[in-house]
Amino acid sequence: MYPEDKYLLEIKPKSKFSFGFKEILSYWELLYFFTWREIKVKYKQTVLGFLWVILQPVLMTLVFTFFLGSAITNMTKLNIPYPLFALSGMVIWSFFSSGLSNAANSMVNNSNIIKKVYFPRLIIPFSAILSSSIDFMISLGLLFAALLYFGAPVNWLHLLYLPLALIMISFATLGIGMFLAALNIKYRDVRYMLPFFIQGMLFISPIMFPVSISNNAIATTILQFNPVAGALELIRSIFGNYELNWMTVGYSSISTLVFFLIGLYYFRKTEAYFADLA
Amino acid sequence: MKPILEIDAVSKKYLIHKSGQQPYLSLRDSLSTVFRRSNGKEAFWALKDVSFQVQAGESIGIIGKNGAGKSTLLKILSQITPPTTGKITARGRIASLLEVGTGFHAELTGRENIFMNGSILGMRKAEILKNFDAIVDFSGVEQFLDTPLKHYSSGMQLRLAFAVAAFLENEILIIDEVLAVGDAEFQKKCMGKMGEVSKSGRTVLFVSHNIGAVKSLCSRGLVLNKGQLEFSGNIDESVSYYQQMNYSENALLKVFETSAPFRNETIELISIAASTPNQDVLSVSQKIRFEITFNCLLENINLDCTMEFRTIEEVIVFHTGALVSRNRDSKTGQYTVAFEMPGFYLNAGEYSISLIFGKDQREQLFAIDSCYFFKIDNDAVIGSNSGHLPGILRPDFDYQITHQSF
Repeated sequence: MYPEDKYLLEIKPKSKFSFGFKEILSYWELLYFFTWREIKVKYKQTVLGFLWVILQPVLMTLVFTFFLGSAITNMTKLNIPYPLFALSGMVIWSFFSSGLSNAANSMVNNSNIIKKVYFPRLIIPFSAILSSSIDFMISLGLLFAALLYFGAPVNWLHLLYLPLALIMISFATLGIGMFLAALNIKYRDVRYMLPFFIQGMLFISPIMFPVSISNNAIATTILQFNPVAGALELIRSIFGNYELNWMTVGYSSISTLVFFLIGLYYFRKTEAYFADLA
Repeated sequence: MKPILEIDAVSKKYLIHKSGQQPYLSLRDSLSTVFRRSNGKEAFWALKDVSFQVQAGESIGIIGKNGAGKSTLLKILSQITPPTTGKITARGRIASLLEVGTGFHAELTGRENIFMNGSILGMRKAEILKNFDAIVDFSGVEQFLDTPLKHYSSGMQLRLAFAVAAFLENEILIIDEVLAVGDAEFQKKCMGKMGEVSKSGRTVLFVSHNIGAVKSLCSRGLVLNKGQLEFSGNIDESVSYYQQMNYSENALLKVFETSAPFRNETIELISIAASTPNQDVLSVSQKIRFEITFNCLLENINLDCTMEFRTIEEVIVFHTGALVSRNRDSKTGQYTVAFEMPGFYLNAGEYSISLIFGKDQREQLFAIDSCYFFKIDNDAVIGSNSGHLPGILRPDFDYQITHQSF
């Protein structure tokens, strides 16, 4: 190898497909700065700032508890306090929905950058989700506070499932987020479809009700295969009396993996032309 | 030693949409084109079979008109878009400065933006820290370092942005027209820094319409025309080749029909013409009529059309504008702005016209740099001095002569 080949780089028409993780690793500082920028900018010029992270799930939990709490508890023989059930759902859901909408709009929002500078494009949706995960950590703290407040029994050993839950929900959000981000560059329809899609997802995910709410086999299957369901199941297993259904976790991980691979594949396949289309 | 950059038969094809279609797609368009055979696209080669090599330490000026493929070449070199065919081999880290201040965020402070922007340009955090004081010093915005960028004046933002870029340590720098902004003093400072960079043994590829800047910074030139590399040689040869090319192409007095690059979502330039009432050459003594025809796509604004005349040395002769609509009553459709320049106004020589379309005399809608070239000849008048005189203006004053005997 010649000394001048230290930084050898070949620019060619796109041919081979690769996931490109190695390159992302070499750009980890940029990933850090993008994430840092997102977090810094997010609550600038707001009065309540980071409080929003806590307010959103709390308010939704209050609404759910007030209108649906007793009905769902009776119907499904829920053996943990409904507010805890709903709050745990909202904590996961906030991460999923905010991460997803950040990621899906991230490429279009940063189009002026991708038209001017090269770096691995995946950094943008990754940082969108990383910045949402900071919010997630904060709201997780809220969940523990609520746990103590209700004095509910806690399955401490199941705290070990938390990282797994975080990984599952991150992969699910990333997978769908990458797919929509790439699609959004080409078809701006995504921007309009997104709120509708997220709202719809809320009703086919076991957020405010458990999987056992429906007797319909198809509905149950949809709920179990929902990519959000696995993380929900794992996080709720912290509650002392909650019966962890590994089937749901398994089904959900399968669909998460499928979504992740499709999203990553589509993103990597189309990213070379982002700058031309954006 | 191997060349630091080898560009080997690089071509880039774009599919452009026929007029009337939006450049970006909506799902509906896509669905409806599935069922149609002709999908309204035409192939357009922005670059065709371009090959050249760059040795380490060379500074190369890439010149060519709008739409010649300069920006496309830079985008491919910067890895922003892949070539359609061909290959580029680089033996050094490439940094591209296609704009200054990429990634700047209005809500972040000056300090934070230095880190963000530096990182996007490919600097390591350690590198930024090492050069931090020098960057701040160069930009001259110390007092405002912890103020959000949105409170900066545009000049300050620009200085900060350039300061970050000036401290890139990459072996290969690709620079696009970033100097065409800022006040004269700062431009001078930037040019000085750029000169320093190109003398420090790094490789620079520089694109600019400013022939003066290219000449002073670069040792070699490449002339692109219609996507092809037409000429490669030392910088003086390249510049004169480019100038020759412009004058022979924009044949005098002919209406110059503009093509695709001269439009955006607000203005479409149709033609520019210069003519004299009776002769077919522009000469010093003749009045010259200029006609600029364009489509306006915005309604109810105050539209203005500003022309900047420059000499071939890029000296601005004048910069003057016509108010197309004064009472917020512009209409969509075709406008023609015409004016007559009296005889004995400009000296014989070669000039370019740049256009800037503006809104409410504040906001720039569309600017086209050096889009029309014309040449004024000396009059072939017998008797009087018909040779070339120095200067930009060529007035013919009504001299009053008085005489008194001693």
